[in-house]
Amino acid sequence: MIITKPKPMAQVMRCLAGIQRVFLVGCGECATTCMTGGAEQIQEMKAKLEAEGKEVVGSFVGESDCHILDMKRQVRLNKEAADKAEAFLVLSCGAGVQTFSEILDKPVYAANDTMFLGNIQRFGVFAERCSLCGDCVLNETGGICPVTNCPKGLLNGPCGGMNKGMCEVNQERECAWVMIYKRLLLLNQLDKMKTPLAAKNYATSNKPHSLTLERKKGGAA
Amino acid sequence: MTGLAEVFSLGKFAVTAEAGPPKGTNVQQMLEHAHLLKGRVHAVNVTDNQSSVMRMGSLAASHLLIEAGLEPVFQMTCRDRNRLAIQSDLLSAHVLGIRNVLALTGDYISVGDHPQAKPVFDLESVQLLQVIARLNSGYDCATVSAGKPTTTGIQLDGATEFFPGAVVAPEAEPLEPQLIKFEKKVNAGAKFFQTQAIYNMDKFAKFMETARQFDVKIMAGILLLKSAGMANYLNKFVPGIQVPDDLIAELNAAKERAQDDKKLAAKYQMEAGISIAGRQIRRMKDLCHGAHVMAIGAEDRVPAILDEAGL
Repeated sequence: MIITKPKPMAQVMRCLAGIQRVFLVGCGECATTCMTGGAEQIQEMKAKLEAEGKEVVGSFVGESDCHILDMKRQVRLNKEAADKAEAFLVLSCGAGVQTFSEILDKPVYAANDTMFLGNIQRFGVFAERCSLCGDCVLNETGGICPVTNCPKGLLNGPCGGMNKGMCEVNQERECAWVMIYKRLLLLNQLDKMKTPLAAKNYATSNKPHSLTLERKKGGAA
Repeated sequence: MTGLAEVFSLGKFAVTAEAGPPKGTNVQQMLEHAHLLKGRVHAVNVTDNQSSVMRMGSLAASHLLIEAGLEPVFQMTCRDRNRLAIQSDLLSAHVLGIRNVLALTGDYISVGDHPQAKPVFDLESVQLLQVIARLNSGYDCATVSAGKPTTTGIQLDGATEFFPGAVVAPEAEPLEPQLIKFEKKVNAGAKFFQTQAIYNMDKFAKFMETARQFDVKIMAGILLLKSAGMANYLNKFVPGIQVPDDLIAELNAAKERAQDDKKLAAKYQMEAGISIAGRQIRRMKDLCHGAHVMAIGAEDRVPAILDEAGL
C-alpha cells in the first residue's frame, strides 16, 4: 500500500490562505489504513479548518481516490457543495490528489506527503519492501529485494561498512545482503549469490509510467 | 604496465599511501605531503569525495600527482556518477595518464556533508570493475548502437589500459558474504586489493589463505592511530574496525607520559601510533603483497612509519 504522512498543518494553512470555502476528500484505501485520510481524519481536519475560521462546504471519503472515473462520479454526486468550494483539500496519496486536479477546474491541495510503497508489519507500522523498479531481481536474491532493503541498492553483496551483520547506514537494521545470504543458505541456493548481477536497466523506471492491458479477443481485459 | 603492477610482478612488497584532495582550490598542502612520499611509496591513492564529503575531484588531483612525479591510484566511487559519467571520467583519466584505478561503491551519502543530495549508485563496485574491463577491451557499455540493441557495446576510438583494483574487508562478520563478493570482484577483473584497516592478524592470515587461491595481490590496510581518543572513536563509530585493547593501552601510556602537557601528549601518542603502524607493516610483510598506509591528513608522517617498518 501507499504510505502517507500528514503535512504540517501550518503548511496546509499556507496553501489555503485567502480561501474561505473548502471541500475535503479522504480515501478509503491506503490513507484510511495509514490514518491520514479516513473518515476520522476528515472530521479532525474539518474541526481544525473551522477553528481557523474556514468553512467546510462538503466532504466524502472516496472508495479509492486513484480511480479517476469513480471519483468523477463521486464529485458529480456532490455537485452542489463542490461548486460552492473555492478549493479541494485531498487527504490521500499524491496519486489521489492528482485524480482531483484532473477532474476539477479549481485548486486542489495535498494534505499529506506520500512516502513509499509499504508492507504492513502490524497496526500502524509500515516498512518499505519494494521500490517499483520495473526490473525485479527477487528471483535471484532469495525473495529479498536488495534494491530496496540496501540503502545503496547493491546487487552483488554487502559493502565494506556491514558491521556484525548490521547496515552501516542504520545500525539497527540488518544488512540486506546478510539477510539475502542467510536466506539463500537456508534454501540451499547460495550459488545464486555467486553469480554476478548485471547493472540494472533503469530504462524501466523512466517516468511517467503508463500501462495499457491488451484486451483479449472476446472483450474481457 | 603501471609502476604498481611492476612492483607486484617483481614480487616486491608494494607500499601505497593516500592523498586527500582539498576542500577548495588550494592544493599546496596535498602536493607538499605528496613530495614527502616521493621515492618512499610506489603509488598514492587519491580519495574520491571520501566519506561523502565534497572536495576537489580525484581525477584532477591524480593528474597533479603525475605532474609532481608520483604515480596515483585513482579512486572512483559510484555514489556521485551514473554509468555515462563513470565511463566518461575513466576515458578522461586514461588521457591524463592515470592507469591505476581503485573501484569502490562509495560511502552512503548520509554520512557526509551534503546528506540531502541524491545518491546515484547506478552501478556498484563489481559492476564498475566490469566497466573497466570493458573499456580496457576497447568497447563501452552502450546497449544501443545506431538505433539497434547491442550486447557488445560500441567500439572505442582508443581503448583504456587500466590496472584495476578493489577493496575487501577481511575482518567482516559474517565473513562469507564478503568472500563471495571478493571472488566476484576477482572475476570482474580486479588485479589488486586494498583491505580495510587490519588489527586482527589471525583473521587476516585466515583471509590470506582464501586470497592466495586467486591470482591477485593483497595490500593490507594500515591505519595510523594518532591518539587513544581516535582509537576509541574508531571502535565506537567506524564499522568494521576493531582496535584491540593492548594498542589502546599503548597509546594511553604515551598520553600519560606527557602528564598534563596537551601538546606533548599529542606528540607522544603520534609517536606511539607511528611505532604501532610500523610494527604492523613488519608483521604483514611475509603474509601479503603490500601495505596501504592511511594516515588521514597526517601523510607527512608516512615516511616515519616506513622507517619504523624498515622499508
